[in-house]
Amino acid sequence: MLDANPAYRQRPSRRMRDILYSESFRTAIYQIALAGAVGLLGLFLYQNVIENLQRQNIATGFGFLREISQFEIGETLIEYSSRDTYFRALVVGLLNTLKVSAAGIVLATLVGFCVGIARVSNNWLLQRIATGYVEIVRNIPVILQVIFWAAVIRNLPAPRQALDLWGTGFLSNRGLTVATPASDPAHLWMILAFVAGVALMVAGDRWAKRHREATGRHVDILWPGLALIVGLPLLVWLAFGAPHAISFPERKGFNFAGGSTVSPEFVALMTGISLYASGFIAEIVRAGIQATPKGQVEAARSIALRPRFIMRYVVLPQALRVIVPPLTSQYVSLIKNSSIAVVVGYPDLVNIGNTVMNQTGQAVEAIAVMMLVYLIVSLVTSTLMNLYNRLVAIKER
Amino acid sequence: MTKSTSTLNAGDPVISLHNVSKWYGQFQCLHNVSLDVGKGERVVVCGPSGSGKSTLIRCINRLEVHQEGQIVVKGLEMTDNIKSIDAIRRNIGMVFQNFNLFPHLTVLENLTLGPTLTRQMKKADADELAMHFLRKVRIPEQAQKYPLQLSGGQQQRVAIARSLCMEPEIMLFDEPTSALDPEMIKEVLDTMIELAQSGMTMIVVTHEMGFARTVADNVVFMADGRKIESAPPEEFFGNPREERTRAFLDQILKH
Repeated sequence: MLDANPAYRQRPSRRMRDILYSESFRTAIYQIALAGAVGLLGLFLYQNVIENLQRQNIATGFGFLREISQFEIGETLIEYSSRDTYFRALVVGLLNTLKVSAAGIVLATLVGFCVGIARVSNNWLLQRIATGYVEIVRNIPVILQVIFWAAVIRNLPAPRQALDLWGTGFLSNRGLTVATPASDPAHLWMILAFVAGVALMVAGDRWAKRHREATGRHVDILWPGLALIVGLPLLVWLAFGAPHAISFPERKGFNFAGGSTVSPEFVALMTGISLYASGFIAEIVRAGIQATPKGQVEAARSIALRPRFIMRYVVLPQALRVIVPPLTSQYVSLIKNSSIAVVVGYPDLVNIGNTVMNQTGQAVEAIAVMMLVYLIVSLVTSTLMNLYNRLVAIKER
Repeated sequence: MTKSTSTLNAGDPVISLHNVSKWYGQFQCLHNVSLDVGKGERVVVCGPSGSGKSTLIRCINRLEVHQEGQIVVKGLEMTDNIKSIDAIRRNIGMVFQNFNLFPHLTVLENLTLGPTLTRQMKKADADELAMHFLRKVRIPEQAQKYPLQLSGGQQQRVAIARSLCMEPEIMLFDEPTSALDPEMIKEVLDTMIELAQSGMTMIVVTHEMGFARTVADNVVFMADGRKIESAPPEEFFGNPREERTRAFLDQILKH
């Protein structure tokens, strides 16, 4: 014991010593030092940039966002023309990024889960095919895969010789053109009604759980919930006089008229980044399935459940809690991978940001905007997935 | 409880093992094991760890695959035919050492999963059946809880109820009390004794010799993958024939 040492006790500055040697004091000192170093580095970089920009007579700040862009964008989800501002151009790019990411996440998840389940299948052939698929898609750089799909689509027949998809649409080197309901103001309201239905079902589920815990009575909200999700948009559709016109695509000149077209750039990018991600997702799903204790499958077998029921009701729900956290990283990385859109000319955020940067010379600001947007999108994705993870977590004590 | 019922007058065997052998790679874990179990008969299988007793009963519902010999359950031979596997499994309930309850489902859902999916019962009927068996194992109030919120003894009773919900004619128990704290062993054994009294055909792998004495019609002793000895409990415990049986009983009854 140090205190028992008389020489030690006689030191006058013992209190001071206690502070200097205390763990919390040391921790605080290191943190302050680190924060200071980071701050100084930031300040140095900032001043450096400002000085260089001033020397080149480039104005700093985000004022350029309000200027007119003067360039067209091939694919937009909102109204846009070359007379709109840079800000609106960037929003168009962001929406395109979100569009390709959302479609990519859905495709990657579907393919990934199927391949992952096939990886642990007892069917030798299926298992080998799945393994081969995984090794190919995850070991070829994603950028090459995107370019590959772009080349495949470019070699499809021209619209005049387009592949007819049994009257519902065409596949050609102009992309995929399919019949869709003719545009109608009702559609926006139907989407809103659908979202409202989903929200009500989630709320209903919460209520039913509380009700069950309080009274022990079980209320099944699945069917009323589904009725809401389907019924609300249906009611809105009826309220708008049930618009049911369908726009069929027709060959017209060198292109198609009517229907809606998914561009070749979109298809190439979406296929490339989602198949690439699907290889990783398949491995995550396999790991999750194999992490489920063997006893669970044995118990399910002993009550004579069929293999597909065992997978659906016993293994997958438990595998999900192992799958979701790394799956989140894959979603986030897929969103970020969509930024290679420029190699196939898809107008995503980075592609448009580049154009903006070249026209205005405001490289630092444009990149800052892009980085901030990706950061926000990724963080939102992680947050949503974490919420979902809490939902599927296993209840203990 | 009568202990005089013997294999001979209990009618035709519902489970009949004939010269069953099994290998894990080069290692032979079962050597020509034969065993007949009549309807309503209670058989306790004991032996040192690694003797193959768990493997033996796991072969009966094909959680393990035997390579030689015959396993016949109610006249149906266990082969790799999925129909016969399915039919036999529907007739056999199994209780595991580690309970193996489905942790993501409530107790009630654990119990109704089999009846609704394999027996295609209506949800309401399955719920009623599940509550019936939860009352039998005396924990109906836990129906809406999740397995990990229960004690070990309660979990094992839920596992027994889950098997019973398939309304099997035969129940297999694979060391059902080995993972339990001492104070919870009794509640599980009591449940098993009640089940035995109701006439269920049971094969129980256990080290609970007290249970074997009171409940078993026949005690089977296994060592090194071989069936060494099989006798009614009073004979088995009072006058074991084989040297290995005596050594085993000496060890576990000393304390």
